[in-house]
Amino acid sequence: MSADLKNGRIVVVGASLAGLRAAEKLRDEGFTGSLTMVGEESQLPYDRPPLSKQVLLGRVRAEDTGLPRRREVGAQWKLGIRATGVDPIGKHLVLADGEQLPYDRLLIATGTRARPWPNPGEGALDGVFTLRTSDDAARLAERFDAGPRRVLVIGAGFTGSEIASACRERGLEVTVAERGPAPLVGALGGALGALAARLQLAHGVDLRCGVTVTALNGRNGRLTGAELSDGSRIEADVAVVALGAMRNTEWLAASGLAAGPRGLACDAGCRAFDMYGIVTDDVFVAGDVARFPHPLFEYQMLSLEHWGNAVEQAEVAAHNMVNPGPLRRPHLAVPAFWSSQFGLNIKSVGVPTFSDQVVIAQGSLEERRLVAVYGYRGRITAAVSVNRAKWLEHYQRLIETAAPFPPEPAAVDQPASSTPVPSDVPDPKLLSHGPTVALTGHQPDRRLTLMRWSG
Amino acid sequence: MKIVVDLNRCQGYAQCAFLAPQVFEMHGEEALRYTPLAPEDQSERVRRAAAACPVQAILVEEEAGPGVR
Amino acid sequence: MAADTLYRRITDHANRADPYPLYAELREHGVARQEDGTYLVGTYHEIAELLHDPRISSDQRNRTNPDEFALGREGMPVSFIGLDDPEHDRLRRIAMRPFGPPHTPGRVDALTGEIAKVAEQLIDSFRDRDRIDLVDDFAYPLPVTVICRVLGVPREDEPRFHAWSQTIIDSFDPTPGTDPTERRRAGLDARSAMGEYLGDLADHRRGRQSDDLLTAFVNDPGPEGGFTREELMTTSVLLLIAGHETTVNLITNGMLTLLRHPEALDLLRREPALMPRAVEELLRYEPPVQLLPQRSPLTDVEVAGVTVPKGSPLILVLASGNRDPQRFHDPDRFDPTRQDNQHFGFGSGVHSCFGAPLARVEAQIALTELVRRLDAPRVVEDPPPYRRSPILRGPRHLLVEYGGTRP
Ligand SMILES: Cc1cc2nc3c(=O)[nH]c(=O)nc-3n(C[C@H](O)[C@H](O)[C@H](O)COP(=O)(O)OP(=O)(O)OC[C@H]3O[C@@H](n4cnc5c(N)ncnc54)[C@H](O)[C@@H]3O)c2cc1C
Ligand code: HEM
Ligand code: SF4
Repeated sequence: MSADLKNGRIVVVGASLAGLRAAEKLRDEGFTGSLTMVGEESQLPYDRPPLSKQVLLGRVRAEDTGLPRRREVGAQWKLGIRATGVDPIGKHLVLADGEQLPYDRLLIATGTRARPWPNPGEGALDGVFTLRTSDDAARLAERFDAGPRRVLVIGAGFTGSEIASACRERGLEVTVAERGPAPLVGALGGALGALAARLQLAHGVDLRCGVTVTALNGRNGRLTGAELSDGSRIEADVAVVALGAMRNTEWLAASGLAAGPRGLACDAGCRAFDMYGIVTDDVFVAGDVARFPHPLFEYQMLSLEHWGNAVEQAEVAAHNMVNPGPLRRPHLAVPAFWSSQFGLNIKSVGVPTFSDQVVIAQGSLEERRLVAVYGYRGRITAAVSVNRAKWLEHYQRLIETAAPFPPEPAAVDQPASSTPVPSDVPDPKLLSHGPTVALTGHQPDRRLTLMRWSG
Repeated sequence: MKIVVDLNRCQGYAQCAFLAPQVFEMHGEEALRYTPLAPEDQSERVRRAAAACPVQAILVEEEAGPGVR
Repeated sequence: MAADTLYRRITDHANRADPYPLYAELREHGVARQEDGTYLVGTYHEIAELLHDPRISSDQRNRTNPDEFALGREGMPVSFIGLDDPEHDRLRRIAMRPFGPPHTPGRVDALTGEIAKVAEQLIDSFRDRDRIDLVDDFAYPLPVTVICRVLGVPREDEPRFHAWSQTIIDSFDPTPGTDPTERRRAGLDARSAMGEYLGDLADHRRGRQSDDLLTAFVNDPGPEGGFTREELMTTSVLLLIAGHETTVNLITNGMLTLLRHPEALDLLRREPALMPRAVEELLRYEPPVQLLPQRSPLTDVEVAGVTVPKGSPLILVLASGNRDPQRFHDPDRFDPTRQDNQHFGFGSGVHSCFGAPLARVEAQIALTELVRRLDAPRVVEDPPPYRRSPILRGPRHLLVEYGGTRP
């Protein structure tokens, strides 16, 4: 049985971070069968985080972010082709050119894509961009090189904020429009959102919060500016739509799997659920596309858009694909991500949006060096550091052990007063951009978890 | 050579930025920026940097020929 | 023997040549409370947690019974190694400004040529001999020359500051049971003298241009404002001592270890590109800083099931964590190609070594050159005589004989 698992045919759909790390892990675990990597993009796997950072600054070319390999994977690569469906009974994957790829086990790692501007005509104007792929980044960086008069960033989540930071560092004028009360509130809540707002203003960003962009204007097919819900207009020759991501699950619509707008649901062992909430044993899921239950967050299903989650979940999925039941492992890693913007290093562990209160445990907002700790019903559920990463592993331990909130008031570099305040995590519907962590209820069945997007 | 840094692990010890300053750079006190495709003339420095990282966050792949897939 | 005498035995000079069995005993006991209420921790995971735990202070003033001599004195207070954030962070950032990233990223890299030159000249002088004292003839002069160059201290003043430095290091020899009062007072005097000396040097650099740290400290304070004169003195003393009393041990321990493992020495002679990893392994296997005696908890802290009361002395035995089989595969084996090697050689967390990149480069160059140029080297006396300090552990002399030197 176990020997069988080390052999046979494995197909991985989605040849990016999660797909690559899974392939390496499969070989590490002794899988000797045939391995096929299917990817819609024509490049070999590359790293996305630099796209909104080094690449937009013009320091690194977009095509130079290829991911290093941990080892050879000995795979057959089918790149530049889309998978259009899965037949779970016949056990094959269907590709856009009609080819059918038989599999014994399938890994789905199709990630997410950028949410487009809702008005397709406006979205097609020259000068309107989204940022998800290396091609996107190459085009945008080229536009930045040309020195636009003003860049409009629509949505102040992490990606939007990093784009604004890159613009300012390059000396470009930038307006940020965000429907929520401040940048990053959707991920970090009110206190750090206020810090992010001050930071943007201090760096010369024209920050407009509590507004939506109601129309993008153009002349002769080129973007000229935008209208905001408060009646104001701005002129801009580049607009970056940073409204969050959409899960690449549509291609699974007829597959019978529990796939929906919030991702493809799986169990703690990365096995996909079917639409009735019954777990499969030959279809696995990893990375941004996955929705999985986490014991630290009351077994709610989590959808994460985090680099670290893609790596860790891919490793667990790969391990479980080639090992029998009793040797399988759960994916329990505490969610973690980083962002760097305006010269600050922001790191998060846990799920800050799973909180009702927050306290500054070390440092201060004024110094822009701090650790903020988040609690939910009296236990610690997350911590965020700003230029204070060396302490974070302590707080991660507190999260893992469900330590009481607020944390003990004895720490070096403790602020004069450290009273918890409401964490002010808004309803995602109030934000321009989608959240990068979503708690998506307890049910794997997609029909119970339909998400309504209001724009 | 290709490089990726696991920035979840990275705690900003800056060892890499000292040892291979053309490839790794600190932006502010703690945010690390690096060149994911480092020129070959930096490879010895990059290897030193990877060995020195106190949290072993730096993954380096030496020049992979087209056959290595 | 009883676990509560472990610290006494670790600090006993008779055990200096091989303290590792004592560390194994310490790990068996988890957290070991000593007769005098000091707590010793020697297991890897607990040390890692404590080094990142904000409830653990490096500031003696948070001890129930502070060691008054460790508090410095009027005019010469504690340096940042003994302070907590935010003060520690502020001073460390000011000191870093002319030394490393983000402000001066290329400094250490630019020194490699000079360091190689110093190493080369020292080894050239071995040509007509067949025996050297590796400590006095190489491992000590190399880092001293380098730190003098970096700080901007005249090399010829070495006899002066070497005496001060020795007195200071002896003064915090923690050997329990010995009467420290006289040594401590002498240590404070030496520290003040060294501080004044360095402060005067810096004063004379005002308005001058040079790439050394003392010059930068007085002429380029940076946007946050630079050091006060007091801070400049205490920081410079810290850098001068840390910069030359530790690297000597890394080079000496390193060469001794290689001479005890001829297959490793051969490997490195054939493949010098392996040296960076080998130096990391040396920092794990024979770390120059064996333990951190400074810490104490700000509140009662539970460590591996034992409550360490607020204000107690808490000693982290880094060298023991480095040999913890719970963390490292086959920890007592010296493996210069070891990959998974997150050692504590330079500590960890906010106080992790300021000079680590410099020390790494010095040791890599020093050992590469020794391995390459000494023909058939061998240790004359093994174990060699050790220095007094149980904290900064290393041979006092290391006689090495060899067949000849290569160009
Ligand atoms: C600009 C940017 C900056 C980021 N910065 C950070 C950061 O600072 N910190 C952080 O933690 N995370 C960051 N992330 C998120 C991180 O990059 C993602 O979490 C990670 O890429 C997820 O990897 P994945 O393999 O799951 O999915 P993806 O990288 O989205 O890959 C999915 C792949 O599947 C392909 N695909 C989709 N559908 C199909 C199909 N039907 N058939 C075939 N192939 C298909 C896609 O083309 C794509 O190549 C950033 C992302 C972006 C875009
Ligand atoms: C092999 C050589 C070296 C070793 C093994 C070493 C080891 C260490 C260790 C373990 C610490 C942590 C102390 C603590 O946590 O309390 C430390 C701190 C320190 N080291 Fe080093 N060190 C070496 C070389 C150097 C050099 C060359 C310099 C100076 C240029 C230096 C300057 C410092 C300073 C200033 C600190 C205090 C850092 C702080 O408190 O933030 N060290 N060192
Ligand atoms: S050495 Fe490691 S921890 Fe330090 S900045 Fe570089 S990658 Fe980050």
